[in-house]
Amino acid sequence: MTAPPLLSETAVAVCMASLLFVPLAGAGLALINSGLGRSRNAAHTMMASLCVLAIAAVAYFIAGFAWQGFAGWPAHAVTVAGKSWSWISAGHFFFRGLALNGSPASLAAWFGMLSAGLAALIPLGSGAERWRLRAACASTVLLAGWTYPLFAHWAWGGGWLAQLGANGGLGRGFVDAGGSGVIQVVGGLTALSIAWILGPRRGKYAAGGMPAAIPGHNVVLVLLGCLLALPGWAGLNSAGSLLFLRVEPGRVVLIAVNTTLAAAMGALAAGMTSSRFGKPDASLTANGWISGLVASSAGCALVTPLAAAAIGLVAGGLAALSAEWFELRFAVDDPSGAVSVHAVGGIWGVMAAGFWGRFPAGAMGGSSGQWVAQLVGIATLLGFVFPLTYALNRLLNRFCPYRVEPEGERQGLDLYELGAGAYPEFITHTDDLTLG
Amino acid sequence: MKLAGFLVLVAGWAIVLGAVALFSVSLLRTGFVLAGVGVEALGLVLAVRSHAERRGGPA
Repeated sequence: MTAPPLLSETAVAVCMASLLFVPLAGAGLALINSGLGRSRNAAHTMMASLCVLAIAAVAYFIAGFAWQGFAGWPAHAVTVAGKSWSWISAGHFFFRGLALNGSPASLAAWFGMLSAGLAALIPLGSGAERWRLRAACASTVLLAGWTYPLFAHWAWGGGWLAQLGANGGLGRGFVDAGGSGVIQVVGGLTALSIAWILGPRRGKYAAGGMPAAIPGHNVVLVLLGCLLALPGWAGLNSAGSLLFLRVEPGRVVLIAVNTTLAAAMGALAAGMTSSRFGKPDASLTANGWISGLVASSAGCALVTPLAAAAIGLVAGGLAALSAEWFELRFAVDDPSGAVSVHAVGGIWGVMAAGFWGRFPAGAMGGSSGQWVAQLVGIATLLGFVFPLTYALNRLLNRFCPYRVEPEGERQGLDLYELGAGAYPEFITHTDDLTLG
Repeated sequence: MKLAGFLVLVAGWAIVLGAVALFSVSLLRTGFVLAGVGVEALGLVLAVRSHAERRGGPA
Protein backbone atom coordinates (compact mmCIF):
# COMPACT_ATOMS: atom_id res chain seq x y z
CA MET A 1 0.00 0.00 0.00
CA THR A 2 1.49 3.36 -0.97
CA ALA A 3 1.27 6.42 1.26
CA PRO A 4 -0.85 9.28 -0.11
CA PRO A 5 1.00 12.51 -1.00
CA LEU A 6 1.51 15.16 1.68
CA LEU A 7 -0.80 18.17 1.87
CA SER A 8 0.51 21.57 0.83
CA GLU A 9 0.95 24.22 3.54
CA THR A 10 -2.10 26.06 2.24
CA ALA A 11 -4.16 22.86 2.33
CA VAL A 12 -3.07 22.20 5.93
CA ALA A 13 -4.02 25.76 6.96
CA VAL A 14 -7.41 25.58 5.24
CA CYS A 15 -8.07 22.15 6.70
CA MET A 16 -7.25 23.34 10.24
CA ALA A 17 -9.44 26.42 9.83
CA SER A 18 -12.27 24.23 8.52
CA LEU A 19 -11.99 21.83 11.45
CA LEU A 20 -12.47 24.72 13.88
CA PHE A 21 -16.00 25.14 12.52
CA VAL A 22 -17.02 21.47 12.92
CA PRO A 23 -18.16 21.74 16.59
CA LEU A 24 -20.88 24.12 15.37
CA ALA A 25 -22.49 21.14 13.61
CA GLY A 26 -22.61 19.33 16.96
CA ALA A 27 -24.03 22.40 18.69
CA GLY A 28 -26.69 22.63 15.98
CA LEU A 29 -27.73 18.99 16.35
CA ALA A 30 -27.86 19.31 20.16
CA LEU A 31 -30.13 22.37 19.94
CA ILE A 32 -32.37 20.66 17.39
CA ASN A 33 -32.72 17.55 19.57
CA SER A 34 -33.45 19.69 22.59
CA GLY A 35 -35.99 21.92 20.86
CA LEU A 36 -37.89 18.99 19.33
CA GLY A 37 -38.38 17.38 22.76
CA ARG A 38 -40.67 18.48 25.57
CA SER A 39 -39.52 21.16 28.03
CA ARG A 40 -39.22 18.67 30.91
CA ASN A 41 -36.38 16.91 29.04
CA ALA A 42 -34.53 19.92 27.61
CA ALA A 43 -31.65 20.11 30.10
CA HIS A 44 -31.21 16.34 29.96
CA THR A 45 -30.86 16.41 26.17
CA MET A 46 -28.23 19.15 26.29
CA MET A 47 -26.38 17.43 29.15
CA ALA A 48 -26.48 14.12 27.26
CA SER A 49 -25.12 15.87 24.14
CA LEU A 50 -22.15 17.25 26.06
CA CYS A 51 -21.48 13.90 27.76
CA VAL A 52 -21.72 12.03 24.45
CA LEU A 53 -19.29 14.44 22.76
CA ALA A 54 -16.86 14.05 25.67
CA ILE A 55 -17.06 10.25 25.76
CA ALA A 56 -16.79 9.97 21.98
CA ALA A 57 -13.61 12.06 22.00
CA VAL A 58 -12.05 9.94 24.76
CA ALA A 59 -13.13 6.57 23.27
CA TYR A 60 -11.80 7.61 19.87
CA PHE A 61 -8.52 8.74 21.47
CA ILE A 62 -8.11 5.49 23.41
CA ALA A 63 -9.04 2.96 20.72
CA GLY A 64 -10.97 4.47 17.81
CA PHE A 65 -8.12 5.93 15.82
CA ALA A 66 -6.07 2.77 16.32
CA TRP A 67 -8.79 0.80 14.48
CA GLN A 68 -9.37 3.50 11.87
CA GLY A 69 -5.79 4.37 10.97
CA PHE A 70 -4.88 6.33 7.90
CA ALA A 71 -4.25 5.45 4.26
CA GLY A 72 -0.73 4.09 3.84
CA TRP A 73 -0.43 2.99 7.48
CA PRO A 74 0.15 -0.66 8.44
CA ALA A 75 -3.11 -2.61 8.44
CA HIS A 76 -4.40 -6.16 8.74
CA ALA A 77 -5.48 -7.53 5.38
CA VAL A 78 -6.98 -10.67 3.90
CA THR A 79 -6.00 -11.96 0.47
CA VAL A 80 -8.81 -13.15 -1.80
CA ALA A 81 -8.23 -14.25 -5.41
CA GLY A 82 -4.72 -12.81 -5.30
CA LYS A 83 -5.80 -9.37 -4.10
CA SER A 84 -5.09 -7.94 -0.68
CA TRP A 85 -8.05 -6.26 1.10
CA SER A 86 -7.40 -4.23 4.26
CA TRP A 87 -10.05 -4.73 6.96
CA ILE A 88 -8.63 -3.02 10.06
CA SER A 89 -5.74 -0.73 10.88
CA ALA A 90 -2.79 -1.95 12.94
CA GLY A 91 -2.32 1.41 14.67
CA HIS A 92 -1.53 2.04 18.33
CA PHE A 93 -3.95 2.97 21.12
CA PHE A 94 -3.84 6.44 22.73
CA PHE A 95 -2.53 8.07 19.52
CA ARG A 96 0.89 6.54 20.22
CA GLY A 97 3.26 6.94 17.30
CA LEU A 98 1.16 9.75 15.83
CA ALA A 99 2.99 13.07 15.44
CA LEU A 100 0.42 15.81 16.13
CA ASN A 101 2.16 18.31 13.89
CA GLY A 102 -0.20 19.09 11.03
CA SER A 103 0.54 15.91 9.11
CA PRO A 104 -2.43 14.48 7.18
CA ALA A 105 -2.71 11.61 9.69
CA SER A 106 -2.82 14.00 12.64
CA LEU A 107 -5.49 16.10 10.93
CA ALA A 108 -7.46 12.91 10.24
CA ALA A 109 -7.23 12.05 13.96
CA TRP A 110 -8.59 15.49 14.90
CA PHE A 111 -11.30 15.16 12.25
CA GLY A 112 -12.18 11.70 13.56
CA MET A 113 -12.50 12.88 17.17
CA LEU A 114 -15.02 15.51 16.13
CA SER A 115 -16.95 13.38 13.66
CA ALA A 116 -17.24 10.40 16.03
CA GLY A 117 -18.94 12.80 18.45
CA LEU A 118 -21.20 14.04 15.68
CA ALA A 119 -22.22 10.47 14.81
CA ALA A 120 -22.88 9.75 18.48
CA LEU A 121 -25.19 12.79 18.81
CA ILE A 122 -27.56 11.40 16.18
CA PRO A 123 -29.07 8.52 18.25
CA LEU A 124 -29.79 10.98 21.08
CA GLY A 125 -32.53 12.41 18.86
CA SER A 126 -34.32 9.10 18.31
CA GLY A 127 -33.98 8.01 21.94
CA ALA A 128 -34.99 11.38 23.39
CA GLU A 129 -37.22 11.58 26.47
CA ARG A 130 -36.74 7.93 27.50
CA TRP A 131 -33.05 7.01 27.13
CA ARG A 132 -31.05 6.95 30.37
CA LEU A 133 -27.99 9.20 30.47
CA ARG A 134 -25.61 6.44 31.54
CA ALA A 135 -26.95 4.08 28.86
CA ALA A 136 -26.44 6.75 26.19
CA CYS A 137 -22.87 7.19 27.42
CA ALA A 138 -22.21 3.44 27.35
CA SER A 139 -23.66 3.15 23.85
CA THR A 140 -21.38 6.00 22.73
CA VAL A 141 -18.33 4.01 23.82
CA LEU A 142 -19.37 1.25 21.40
CA LEU A 143 -20.08 3.66 18.57
CA ALA A 144 -17.00 5.89 18.87
CA GLY A 145 -14.64 3.15 20.00
CA TRP A 146 -15.56 0.42 17.54
CA THR A 147 -18.42 0.71 15.02
CA TYR A 148 -17.60 4.15 13.64
CA PRO A 149 -13.79 3.64 13.43
CA LEU A 150 -14.20 0.27 11.73
CA PHE A 151 -16.32 1.68 8.90
CA ALA A 152 -14.17 4.82 8.81
CA HIS A 153 -11.13 2.61 8.20
CA TRP A 154 -12.89 0.89 5.32
CA ALA A 155 -13.87 4.18 3.69
CA TRP A 156 -11.19 6.69 4.77
CA GLY A 157 -8.30 4.70 6.22
CA GLY A 158 -7.32 2.82 3.07
CA GLY A 159 -9.64 -0.10 3.85
CA TRP A 160 -11.34 -2.48 1.45
CA LEU A 161 -14.10 -0.04 0.40
CA ALA A 162 -11.48 2.56 -0.53
CA GLN A 163 -9.59 -0.17 -2.41
CA LEU A 164 -12.57 -1.00 -4.65
CA GLY A 165 -11.08 1.28 -7.30
CA ALA A 166 -7.53 -0.10 -7.32
CA ASN A 167 -8.47 -3.73 -6.64
CA GLY A 168 -11.83 -3.98 -8.37
CA GLY A 169 -11.78 -1.31 -11.07
CA LEU A 170 -14.82 0.42 -9.56
CA GLY A 171 -14.13 4.13 -10.19
CA ARG A 172 -12.07 5.59 -7.34
CA GLY A 173 -13.44 3.11 -4.83
CA PHE A 174 -16.05 4.14 -2.25
CA VAL A 175 -16.06 7.95 -2.06
CA ASP A 176 -17.53 9.87 0.87
CA ALA A 177 -15.71 13.18 1.32
CA GLY A 178 -17.62 14.69 4.25
CA GLY A 179 -19.17 11.59 5.78
CA SER A 180 -22.71 11.12 4.41
CA GLY A 181 -22.14 7.40 4.93
CA VAL A 182 -19.33 7.22 7.48
CA ILE A 183 -20.80 9.73 9.94
CA GLN A 184 -24.47 10.22 9.08
CA VAL A 185 -25.67 6.77 8.01
CA VAL A 186 -23.69 5.06 10.78
CA GLY A 187 -25.30 7.46 13.28
CA GLY A 188 -28.72 7.19 11.62
CA LEU A 189 -28.78 3.38 11.67
CA THR A 190 -27.68 3.44 15.31
CA ALA A 191 -30.56 5.84 15.92
CA LEU A 192 -32.99 3.32 14.38
CA SER A 193 -31.52 0.55 16.55
CA ILE A 194 -31.97 2.69 19.67
CA ALA A 195 -35.57 3.62 18.75
CA TRP A 196 -36.38 -0.08 18.23
CA ILE A 197 -34.75 -1.17 21.47
CA LEU A 198 -36.36 1.56 23.57
CA GLY A 199 -39.81 1.39 22.03
CA PRO A 200 -42.06 4.47 21.76
CA ARG A 201 -42.61 7.10 24.42
CA ARG A 202 -45.54 6.59 26.79
CA GLY A 203 -48.69 7.88 25.15
CA LYS A 204 -47.22 8.01 21.64
CA TYR A 205 -49.35 5.20 20.20
CA ALA A 206 -52.96 4.61 21.17
CA ALA A 207 -54.37 1.09 21.55
CA GLY A 208 -55.41 1.09 17.87
CA GLY A 209 -51.88 2.02 16.81
CA MET A 210 -52.68 5.63 15.87
CA PRO A 211 -49.76 7.93 16.79
CA ALA A 212 -50.33 11.04 18.89
CA ALA A 213 -48.57 14.28 17.98
CA ILE A 214 -46.09 15.29 20.70
CA PRO A 215 -44.81 18.70 19.55
CA GLY A 216 -41.38 20.00 20.47
CA HIS A 217 -41.19 22.69 23.12
CA ASN A 218 -39.07 25.30 21.35
CA VAL A 219 -38.96 25.70 17.60
CA VAL A 220 -36.68 28.74 17.95
CA LEU A 221 -33.93 26.48 19.32
CA VAL A 222 -34.52 24.10 16.41
CA LEU A 223 -34.15 26.81 13.78
CA LEU A 224 -31.13 28.34 15.53
CA GLY A 225 -29.61 24.85 15.48
CA CYS A 226 -30.11 24.74 11.72
CA LEU A 227 -28.29 28.05 11.26
CA LEU A 228 -25.37 26.89 13.42
CA ALA A 229 -25.19 23.58 11.57
CA LEU A 230 -24.47 25.26 8.20
CA PRO A 231 -20.95 26.58 8.97
CA GLY A 232 -20.28 23.36 10.89
CA TRP A 233 -21.14 21.24 7.87
CA ALA A 234 -19.20 23.51 5.51
CA GLY A 235 -16.16 22.93 7.73
CA LEU A 236 -16.79 19.20 7.89
CA ASN A 237 -17.16 18.88 4.12
CA SER A 238 -14.12 21.07 3.39
CA ALA A 239 -11.83 19.28 5.83
CA GLY A 240 -12.99 15.84 4.67
CA SER A 241 -12.49 16.70 1.00
CA LEU A 242 -8.98 18.05 1.63
CA LEU A 243 -7.99 15.04 3.72
CA PHE A 244 -9.63 12.13 1.97
CA LEU A 245 -10.06 13.30 -1.64
CA ARG A 246 -6.95 15.51 -1.70
CA VAL A 247 -8.71 18.29 -3.59
CA GLU A 248 -6.85 21.58 -4.02
CA PRO A 249 -7.61 24.25 -1.34
CA GLY A 250 -9.36 26.54 -3.84
CA ARG A 251 -12.11 23.95 -4.18
CA VAL A 252 -13.32 24.89 -0.69
CA VAL A 253 -15.36 27.67 -2.32
CA LEU A 254 -17.23 25.12 -4.47
CA ILE A 255 -17.73 22.94 -1.39
CA ALA A 256 -19.20 25.82 0.63
CA VAL A 257 -21.50 26.82 -2.24
CA ASN A 258 -22.67 23.23 -2.73
CA THR A 259 -23.26 22.74 1.01
CA THR A 260 -25.32 25.92 1.24
CA LEU A 261 -27.34 25.13 -1.88
CA ALA A 262 -28.13 21.60 -0.71
CA ALA A 263 -29.31 22.86 2.69
CA ALA A 264 -31.40 25.61 1.10
CA MET A 265 -33.09 23.29 -1.39
CA GLY A 266 -33.62 20.67 1.32
CA ALA A 267 -35.43 23.19 3.53
CA LEU A 268 -37.57 24.47 0.65
CA ALA A 269 -38.48 20.95 -0.47
CA ALA A 270 -39.42 19.84 3.04
CA GLY A 271 -41.34 23.07 3.64
CA MET A 272 -43.31 22.61 0.44
CA THR A 273 -43.91 18.90 1.11
CA SER A 274 -45.25 19.67 4.58
CA SER A 275 -47.40 22.50 3.20
CA ARG A 276 -49.80 19.95 1.78
CA PHE A 277 -51.45 20.00 5.22
CA GLY A 278 -52.19 23.70 4.76
CA LYS A 279 -49.20 25.43 6.37
CA PRO A 280 -45.47 24.69 6.27
CA ASP A 281 -44.27 22.74 9.28
CA ALA A 282 -41.27 24.39 10.97
CA SER A 283 -39.80 21.18 12.41
CA LEU A 284 -40.08 19.32 9.10
CA THR A 285 -38.53 22.29 7.29
CA ALA A 286 -35.65 22.18 9.77
CA ASN A 287 -35.30 18.46 9.12
CA GLY A 288 -35.17 19.19 5.38
CA TRP A 289 -32.37 21.72 5.93
CA ILE A 290 -30.30 19.20 7.91
CA SER A 291 -31.11 16.42 5.46
CA GLY A 292 -29.80 18.61 2.62
CA LEU A 293 -26.58 19.13 4.59
CA VAL A 294 -26.30 15.41 5.30
CA ALA A 295 -26.77 14.48 1.63
CA SER A 296 -24.34 17.16 0.45
CA SER A 297 -21.40 15.67 2.32
CA ALA A 298 -20.45 12.67 0.17
CA GLY A 299 -20.00 14.47 -3.15
CA CYS A 300 -19.60 18.09 -2.01
CA ALA A 301 -16.28 18.56 -3.81
CA LEU A 302 -17.19 16.55 -6.90
CA VAL A 303 -20.58 17.79 -8.08
CA THR A 304 -21.69 20.99 -9.81
CA PRO A 305 -23.83 23.51 -7.90
CA LEU A 306 -26.82 22.47 -9.99
CA ALA A 307 -26.34 18.83 -8.97
CA ALA A 308 -25.89 19.90 -5.32
CA ALA A 309 -29.22 21.75 -5.51
CA ALA A 310 -30.90 18.64 -6.92
CA ILE A 311 -29.32 16.48 -4.20
CA GLY A 312 -30.68 18.84 -1.52
CA LEU A 313 -34.12 18.99 -3.15
CA VAL A 314 -34.52 15.21 -3.14
CA ALA A 315 -33.04 14.92 0.38
CA GLY A 316 -35.50 17.47 1.78
CA GLY A 317 -38.50 15.76 0.18
CA LEU A 318 -37.31 12.36 1.37
CA ALA A 319 -36.82 13.65 4.93
CA ALA A 320 -40.35 15.02 5.15
CA LEU A 321 -42.02 11.96 3.62
CA SER A 322 -39.96 9.30 5.37
CA ALA A 323 -40.46 10.93 8.78
CA GLU A 324 -44.18 10.40 8.22
CA TRP A 325 -43.70 6.78 7.07
CA PHE A 326 -41.52 5.91 10.04
CA GLU A 327 -44.07 7.32 12.50
CA LEU A 328 -47.32 6.19 10.87
CA ARG A 329 -46.51 2.97 9.05
CA PHE A 330 -43.40 1.59 10.73
CA ALA A 331 -44.29 2.55 14.34
CA VAL A 332 -40.88 4.09 14.98
CA ASP A 333 -41.07 6.87 17.57
CA ASP A 334 -38.21 9.14 16.57
CA PRO A 335 -38.83 12.55 18.22
CA SER A 336 -36.24 14.44 16.17
CA GLY A 337 -36.54 12.56 12.87
CA ALA A 338 -32.94 11.34 13.18
CA VAL A 339 -33.49 8.19 11.12
CA SER A 340 -35.13 10.04 8.22
CA VAL A 341 -32.65 12.89 8.20
CA HIS A 342 -29.38 11.06 8.77
CA ALA A 343 -29.91 7.48 7.54
CA VAL A 344 -32.23 8.14 4.59
CA GLY A 345 -30.58 11.45 3.64
CA GLY A 346 -27.10 9.96 4.01
CA ILE A 347 -27.86 6.96 1.81
CA TRP A 348 -29.24 9.25 -0.86
CA GLY A 349 -26.13 11.48 -0.62
CA VAL A 350 -23.77 8.53 -1.05
CA MET A 351 -25.63 7.30 -4.14
CA ALA A 352 -25.90 10.80 -5.61
CA ALA A 353 -22.12 11.21 -5.34
CA GLY A 354 -21.77 8.07 -7.43
CA PHE A 355 -24.16 9.31 -10.11
CA TRP A 356 -23.10 12.96 -10.38
CA GLY A 357 -19.56 13.07 -8.98
CA ARG A 358 -16.88 14.11 -11.47
CA PHE A 359 -13.25 13.81 -10.39
CA PRO A 360 -10.79 16.65 -11.05
CA ALA A 361 -8.55 16.21 -14.08
CA GLY A 362 -5.42 14.25 -13.24
CA ALA A 363 -7.02 12.37 -10.35
CA MET A 364 -6.36 8.66 -10.09
CA GLY A 365 -8.96 6.38 -11.68
CA GLY A 366 -12.11 7.39 -13.50
CA SER A 367 -15.80 7.58 -12.73
CA SER A 368 -16.60 4.28 -14.46
CA GLY A 369 -18.29 1.91 -12.02
CA GLN A 370 -18.33 4.58 -9.31
CA TRP A 371 -22.03 4.06 -8.62
CA VAL A 372 -21.37 0.33 -8.04
CA ALA A 373 -18.66 1.22 -5.49
CA GLN A 374 -21.13 3.54 -3.75
CA LEU A 375 -23.77 0.77 -3.78
CA VAL A 376 -21.29 -1.65 -2.19
CA GLY A 377 -20.73 0.94 0.56
CA ILE A 378 -24.46 1.27 1.19
CA ALA A 379 -24.86 -2.52 1.18
CA THR A 380 -22.13 -2.68 3.84
CA LEU A 381 -23.86 -0.07 5.97
CA LEU A 382 -27.20 -1.90 5.79
CA GLY A 383 -25.93 -5.48 5.81
CA PHE A 384 -23.07 -5.19 8.29
CA VAL A 385 -23.09 -1.95 10.29
CA PHE A 386 -26.83 -2.00 11.02
CA PRO A 387 -26.98 -5.61 12.36
CA LEU A 388 -23.74 -5.00 14.27
CA THR A 389 -24.90 -1.82 15.97
CA TYR A 390 -28.31 -3.34 16.76
CA ALA A 391 -26.77 -6.49 18.25
CA LEU A 392 -24.21 -4.56 20.32
CA ASN A 393 -26.81 -2.19 21.72
CA ARG A 394 -29.27 -5.01 22.40
CA LEU A 395 -26.54 -6.82 24.33
CA LEU A 396 -25.60 -3.68 26.26
CA ASN A 397 -29.27 -3.15 27.10
CA ARG A 398 -29.19 -6.41 29.08
CA PHE A 399 -26.42 -5.16 31.38
CA CYS A 400 -27.24 -1.45 31.45
CA PRO A 401 -31.01 -1.00 30.91
CA TYR A 402 -31.62 1.68 28.31
CA ARG A 403 -35.13 2.74 29.13
CA VAL A 404 -35.94 4.95 32.09
CA GLU A 405 -38.68 3.82 34.54
CA PRO A 406 -42.26 4.97 33.79
CA GLU A 407 -42.05 7.40 36.71
CA GLY A 408 -38.97 9.03 35.18
CA GLU A 409 -40.70 9.42 31.84
CA ARG A 410 -43.79 10.89 33.48
CA GLN A 411 -41.79 13.30 35.59
CA GLY A 412 -39.38 14.25 32.81
CA LEU A 413 -35.72 13.30 32.62
CA ASP A 414 -34.55 16.73 33.82
CA LEU A 415 -35.91 16.23 37.31
CA TYR A 416 -35.60 12.45 37.37
CA GLU A 417 -31.99 12.11 36.25
CA LEU A 418 -30.49 15.56 36.82
CA GLY A 419 -32.54 16.84 39.74
CA ALA A 420 -33.23 20.21 38.14
CA GLY A 421 -35.25 21.44 35.19
CA ALA A 422 -34.10 23.57 32.26
CA TYR A 423 -36.75 26.21 32.97
CA PRO A 424 -37.26 26.29 36.76
CA GLU A 425 -39.54 29.33 36.73
CA PHE A 426 -42.06 27.60 34.41
CA ILE A 427 -45.35 26.46 35.94
CA THR A 428 -45.87 22.71 35.47
CA HIS A 429 -49.34 21.96 34.15
CA THR A 430 -51.10 18.96 35.59
CA ASP A 431 -52.12 17.65 32.16
CA ASP A 432 -48.43 17.60 31.27
CA LEU A 433 -47.84 15.22 34.15
CA THR A 434 -50.70 12.87 33.37
CA LEU A 435 -50.01 12.30 29.66
CA GLY A 436 -49.85 8.60 28.97
CA MET B 1 -39.03 -12.21 12.86
CA LYS B 2 -36.75 -9.24 13.48
CA LEU B 3 -33.85 -11.64 13.94
CA ALA B 4 -34.73 -13.28 10.62
CA GLY B 5 -34.73 -9.85 9.00
CA PHE B 6 -31.25 -9.13 10.30
CA LEU B 7 -29.99 -12.52 9.13
CA VAL B 8 -31.33 -11.82 5.64
CA LEU B 9 -29.59 -8.41 5.74
CA VAL B 10 -26.28 -10.10 6.54
CA ALA B 11 -26.89 -12.73 3.81
CA GLY B 12 -27.43 -9.95 1.26
CA TRP B 13 -24.17 -8.32 2.31
CA ALA B 14 -22.38 -11.66 1.91
CA ILE B 15 -23.60 -11.86 -1.70
CA VAL B 16 -22.27 -8.34 -2.33
CA LEU B 17 -18.91 -9.20 -0.75
CA GLY B 18 -18.67 -12.39 -2.80
CA ALA B 19 -19.44 -10.51 -6.00
CA VAL B 20 -16.75 -7.89 -5.32
CA ALA B 21 -14.07 -10.38 -4.29
CA LEU B 22 -14.65 -13.17 -6.79
CA PHE B 23 -15.95 -11.73 -10.07
CA SER B 24 -13.82 -9.68 -12.42
CA VAL B 25 -16.37 -9.45 -15.24
CA SER B 26 -18.09 -6.10 -14.81
CA LEU B 27 -21.63 -7.15 -15.83
CA LEU B 28 -21.64 -10.29 -13.69
CA ARG B 29 -20.27 -8.40 -10.69
CA THR B 30 -22.80 -5.59 -11.03
CA GLY B 31 -25.62 -8.12 -11.34
CA PHE B 32 -24.61 -9.91 -8.16
CA VAL B 33 -24.14 -6.63 -6.28
CA LEU B 34 -27.67 -5.61 -7.29
CA ALA B 35 -28.98 -9.05 -6.27
CA GLY B 36 -27.29 -8.70 -2.87
CA VAL B 37 -28.81 -5.27 -2.35
CA GLY B 38 -32.21 -6.73 -3.32
CA VAL B 39 -31.83 -9.44 -0.67
CA GLU B 40 -30.90 -6.74 1.85
CA ALA B 41 -34.05 -4.82 0.95
CA LEU B 42 -36.09 -7.95 1.73
CA GLY B 43 -34.34 -8.28 5.08
CA LEU B 44 -35.02 -4.65 5.88
CA VAL B 45 -38.70 -5.03 5.03
CA LEU B 46 -38.92 -8.12 7.25
CA ALA B 47 -37.27 -6.37 10.22
CA VAL B 48 -39.32 -3.18 9.82
CA ARG B 49 -42.62 -5.10 9.47
CA SER B 50 -41.94 -7.24 12.51
CA HIS B 51 -41.44 -4.09 14.56
CA ALA B 52 -44.50 -2.38 13.09
CA GLU B 53 -46.75 -5.38 13.79
CA ARG B 54 -46.00 -4.99 17.49
CA ARG B 55 -46.89 -1.29 17.10
CA GLY B 56 -43.45 -0.26 18.23
CA GLY B 57 -43.19 -2.02 21.57
CA PRO B 58 -39.72 -2.22 23.14
CA ALA B 59 -37.35 -4.95 21.89
